Amino acid sequence: MSVELAKIDSKQIAVNNAAVRCQKLTKEFRAGETIVRALRGVDVEIAYGEMTLLVGPSGCGKTTLISIIAGLLDPTDGEVEVLGENRRELTGTRLVKFRQKNIGFVFQQYNLLPALDVVENVSIPLIIGGVSQSDAKMRAAEVLKKVSLEDKINARVSQLSGGQQQRVAIARALVHDPRLMVCDEPTAALDAASGHNIMELLREVSIDQDRVVIVVTHDNRVFDFGDRVIEMADGVVENVTTNQRSRNNGGSNTKVKQT
Amino acid sequence: MRWLAWRMLTGDRTKYLGIVFGVAFGSLLIAQQASIFVGLMRRTSHIILDVTEPDIWVLDKYGQNVDEIQPMSENRLYQVRGVAGVDWAVKMYKGLVRVKQRDGDFRQAILIGIDDSTMIGAPQKMIQGSISDLSRPDAIIIDLAGYSLMYPGEEIQLGRTMEINDRRAVIVGICEVSAPFQTFPVAFTKYSHATQYAPRERNVMSFVLVKAEAGINQQELCEKIEEQTGLQAIRSDDFFWFNINYYIENTGIPVNFGITVMLGFIVGAAIAGQTFYLFTIENLKQFGTLKAMGVTNIRLLRMILLQALIVGTIGYSIGIAMACAFFEITGASGQADLRGMYVPWQVMLITAGAVGLIVLVASLLSIHKVLVLEPAVVFK
Repeated sequence: MSVELAKIDSKQIAVNNAAVRCQKLTKEFRAGETIVRALRGVDVEIAYGEMTLLVGPSGCGKTTLISIIAGLLDPTDGEVEVLGENRRELTGTRLVKFRQKNIGFVFQQYNLLPALDVVENVSIPLIIGGVSQSDAKMRAAEVLKKVSLEDKINARVSQLSGGQQQRVAIARALVHDPRLMVCDEPTAALDAASGHNIMELLREVSIDQDRVVIVVTHDNRVFDFGDRVIEMADGVVENVTTNQRSRNNGGSNTKVKQT
Repeated sequence: MRWLAWRMLTGDRTKYLGIVFGVAFGSLLIAQQASIFVGLMRRTSHIILDVTEPDIWVLDKYGQNVDEIQPMSENRLYQVRGVAGVDWAVKMYKGLVRVKQRDGDFRQAILIGIDDSTMIGAPQKMIQGSISDLSRPDAIIIDLAGYSLMYPGEEIQLGRTMEINDRRAVIVGICEVSAPFQTFPVAFTKYSHATQYAPRERNVMSFVLVKAEAGINQQELCEKIEEQTGLQAIRSDDFFWFNINYYIENTGIPVNFGITVMLGFIVGAAIAGQTFYLFTIENLKQFGTLKAMGVTNIRLLRMILLQALIVGTIGYSIGIAMACAFFEITGASGQADLRGMYVPWQVMLITAGAVGLIVLVASLLSIHKVLVLEPAVVFK
């Protein structure tokens, strides 16, 4: 697989079909008398059908940014539009329902429920959405097949390897067919081979033209998988890099350099 | 989501059993100690529980309780009988006597003298012999537990003789009665015999037992008796509480048991509450994940309350079952100290309320943590 990168000297890149649009986004946290500015005017656009990587050193604000995008945190200032919805207008139950319907989460530590078996874990988002338990399990089994875990359906999560657990987490994030997938350090707890497989899987998922996948990562081994790499430093977007890839063969092979 | 709440609760068997047994132990402590207290209090009124025929008990106006009474002249019986609305009235003796066995060993016993002709006040349940045997010379009927105290490990043998205040007495029957407050044998005899056995006094009649005529208001009849005789007349149900109240107000028993029950509650609350609280806190990350995935606070609240309900119900049931089993086993083993004690339904209700309160407070404390939990915690 050849990978060619195009560096663009811009802190913002405009896209035609933006799934996420942030303008002058700021977020402050109060710790007693101290105010910590986690985001200091972020302008960023993320397109549908792409996998976007948010990268940067610890404390640069990337987790805060995806938390705001995913509706887990409210911004202090600035505008955020996610999947056509203004974040400021999404509050209370409407925000919870928005998350439930539109967002899939993948966490660094997988956050699977150890009390449940694999298929039960995957079926949770559907059950939250009101699907019956039996239907949810059936759909979950289908998605587990897609992540090659059909033979682990009834296994306890504690019986799985780290890579397998992360695949279960991805299946859980996908099962309700969300338009936005938010992944926090999905490869951080995995070895190189497992991390590679997980990123391949996420890239396949992102091919859907009606979906956007955002991955927060430190792991420079996986930077090549992103269609767009947003580098953050000290609460601002420092650089945006695009990797162009051909979509006509499944989006997993050819990459074209763009400047 | 009920399914999820159940699976989260029972997923870790060790933790789940720990919480359930924490609640069960708390329930056991509360139910057992409260039942012993109630049982002891009931014992203070043992005679009233056993003598069910009269509606009203008449005693000297200064009588404090069923054991602390001023003997009355037998003329008082006729005064009571003369009150309009009294269907019948009979006399009764109750007092402590010294019983000397043939081998010279002696012990205190409760002697009850029942009306010679009507036998009102006689034990309701005979094990051996019959009430009519009391008509034989020097006849007494003794309770089974008392017999075991006097003749430990020996077979029941009617016809055994003993001395009550230096007068001969013959055991003609064995009965079963409610356990008295003091674990003394209870001996029944005819009133005329009882006056012979009782220590010499000018007056010996302890109570007048009264039956009200049909349709007569018992409370009004009590007031009439008091007005016309100057004695104290108390309805049976009230007399039961009259005794209990005396012990509650004048002895250290309620304070001591109150402390024990309170300790049971605190220990139970500490074990059950803390275990359940920690269970929820340990699952905060999981609740955070569910919250991030779109579970509303109200659904999380319901899940935790359902978990509390499950844990409370199962733990309470086990605790109550253990408390009941404790009294059954000690009762079956012939343990005199706890004879006749059981877990009354009122104690079951109180324990249910206490356990409910414990798990509710524990769940509310932990729910607060879940409700204020930022879903963004899942990224930390």
